[in-house]
Amino acid sequence: MRLSHKYSALLVLLAVVAVAPLFFPSSYYYRVASLVCVNGLAVIGIVILTGYAGQISLGHAGFAGIGAYACALAPVHLGLHPGAALVLGALVSAGLAFLVGRPILRLKGYYLGVASLGFGILVSMVLTNESAITGGPDGMQVADLGLRGWLAGIGLRLTTGQFWYFVNALAMLIGAWLALNLNERATGRALRALHGSETAAATVGIDVARAKLSAFVISAVYASVAGSLLALQNRLVTPDIAGYMHSIEMVTMAVLGGVGSVLGAIFGAAVLTLLPQVLTAFDQYEQIALGLIMMLVMIYLRQGIVPGLLALIRGRGT
Amino acid sequence: MTSHWKAIALAGVASLALGFTVRAEIKLGATLSETGPASFLGDPEAKTLRLLVEQINAKGGIKGEKIKLTIYDDGGDPNKAKTFATRLVEEDGVVAIIGGSTTGASMAVIPVAEEAKVPFISLAGAIEIVEPVRAYTFKTPHTDKMACEKIFDDIKKRGFSKIAMLSGTDGFGASMRKQCTAVAPKWGMTILVDETYGPKDTDMTPQLTTIRGNAEVQAIVTPGFGQGPAIVTRNYHQLGIKAPLYQSHGVASFSFIKLAGAKEADGVRIPGTAMLVVDQLADSDPQKKVAKDYMTLFEKATSQPVSTFGGYAHDAFAIFVDAAGRAKSLKATDIRDAIETTSKLVGTTGTVTMSKTDHLGLDLDSFRMLEIKQGGFDLVK
Repeated sequence: MRLSHKYSALLVLLAVVAVAPLFFPSSYYYRVASLVCVNGLAVIGIVILTGYAGQISLGHAGFAGIGAYACALAPVHLGLHPGAALVLGALVSAGLAFLVGRPILRLKGYYLGVASLGFGILVSMVLTNESAITGGPDGMQVADLGLRGWLAGIGLRLTTGQFWYFVNALAMLIGAWLALNLNERATGRALRALHGSETAAATVGIDVARAKLSAFVISAVYASVAGSLLALQNRLVTPDIAGYMHSIEMVTMAVLGGVGSVLGAIFGAAVLTLLPQVLTAFDQYEQIALGLIMMLVMIYLRQGIVPGLLALIRGRGT
Repeated sequence: MTSHWKAIALAGVASLALGFTVRAEIKLGATLSETGPASFLGDPEAKTLRLLVEQINAKGGIKGEKIKLTIYDDGGDPNKAKTFATRLVEEDGVVAIIGGSTTGASMAVIPVAEEAKVPFISLAGAIEIVEPVRAYTFKTPHTDKMACEKIFDDIKKRGFSKIAMLSGTDGFGASMRKQCTAVAPKWGMTILVDETYGPKDTDMTPQLTTIRGNAEVQAIVTPGFGQGPAIVTRNYHQLGIKAPLYQSHGVASFSFIKLAGAKEADGVRIPGTAMLVVDQLADSDPQKKVAKDYMTLFEKATSQPVSTFGGYAHDAFAIFVDAAGRAKSLKATDIRDAIETTSKLVGTTGTVTMSKTDHLGLDLDSFRMLEIKQGGFDLVK
């Protein structure tokens, strides 16, 4: 029996995640790999919003910021466990995405992009300026999750790098599984239908506004959880996480790898996380090399690296 | 297809370059904001480190061993700074890390350095970096608290005690305002008016009018950074306020005088480093030679004027070289011990004497009180 697309994609991911540590000589590699996973998780949210539903957001770092600061603030002010703070952050992000999404998802194309950009910048400004609560531009420390200590208590000793690699990889796998499931359900079909044509989707009875809003809320939760995990791993948050550049980075990762496919987007996240590390050998030419590689990919593999290469292998060309 | 193979080839070349190491070298690492919003800090810092390493290697290195410097550009992003610090420690095997141009980046490097037991010399301002004292973390720039104390000391010497404050709400201004408010009672200062302005405000006349309205105010202190303090200075001049104006060390540079206007800034006092008044220092001043040598080296190689920030990197490197020379061995932990016993080391920022309870090692004398006169700085004696 042939495996469905969903399970083959998940199996590929699982295999890579499980085998990769065998080639990690030091905890630096675990650190970079854990960043790949956490970026991968955020980018899966972009796949749901942009790849499935065809909506653009240039403000998703705002949700990552909310998730991150929830983990920094809730343990201090509300006495919550950092793990519970992650859930709280996701809820706040979902609620805010619901409120913000209703008006701005009426906009299309560039207008939607600019409105979402404005939202992201607002979040980042609040985090920077409310320094009495957020610590301002210098950021604040984040409490320890405590899970590593607990694991050590039951005899499973992991270094910080290993622990966060496995936590983030697990989160990314669950995120990928949920996104692939969604794609096969009615909601996923509705999203793809409105991606093709909103008018056509509406005529077959799809509630277009509701479908778009649900995609926006779901992708906000992905960004929020990714932000929380990053904050808990770094034990420090600064407003950079909600910054405009971070939003652009998320969209670029998804588009580079292939925004229509979960595997592609994760691959894009991996490429853009690893490249700056590899390209440090070029010193000041690093930015030029990075830009050149991205331009070449965009010119020759327009659908993104993974879908583009798959099409090449199947002989259809790009 | 071709682009794909190019990418693989590039990655291959890069990993070869990374894996290639030379033996018998002292490996020093740095993570700095060479690009991005904090590049005005990171760029002179990186240039300074490269120049100094080149200079010392030409003279034969430390104890006959050359220094191999690895600098990564974190763009001021704490997340990247943490990754690069991990890389410096794990992959490059450095014995010390210099850097963190910003407070955020420094705070991200601290846990990595402490866990790996590698000494870390930060180039960022905030007092949180060295308070509480952590075993492996040191820093070179003055703290905001010291700038406040230096200003209050000068106000006190003039026989004044009633002040007004006008602070920026950016990270620098907010942090210094907090520190100034905290130490004011210790110096017998009473803050009569406490106003703020946004970092992008274009007119501070309303706040200054309030300050002028209070006849008891004897001096005005303005913690801030960037263009705000220059606007404050111009508005202060326009309103013809008599109480003397004090700016912070955040604007102790010639570009501030240019921005505010030489006429408008005349008479403004600023706590700054010796580098700004190097020619006015007495020949017996130990900082004169150090600051002059560094200025000559930097300006000749880069044709740019020196900045206080490059001076921070100069001092961090001097502390490292001094410690490596005295250390029992060139292991990271021995270098740390040597850094902690740094004594009377003359840098551009001041004379550094570290101890178990002081990982900054500067005192108030390291700040010079400067007054702007005819578009230049004058040393207040």
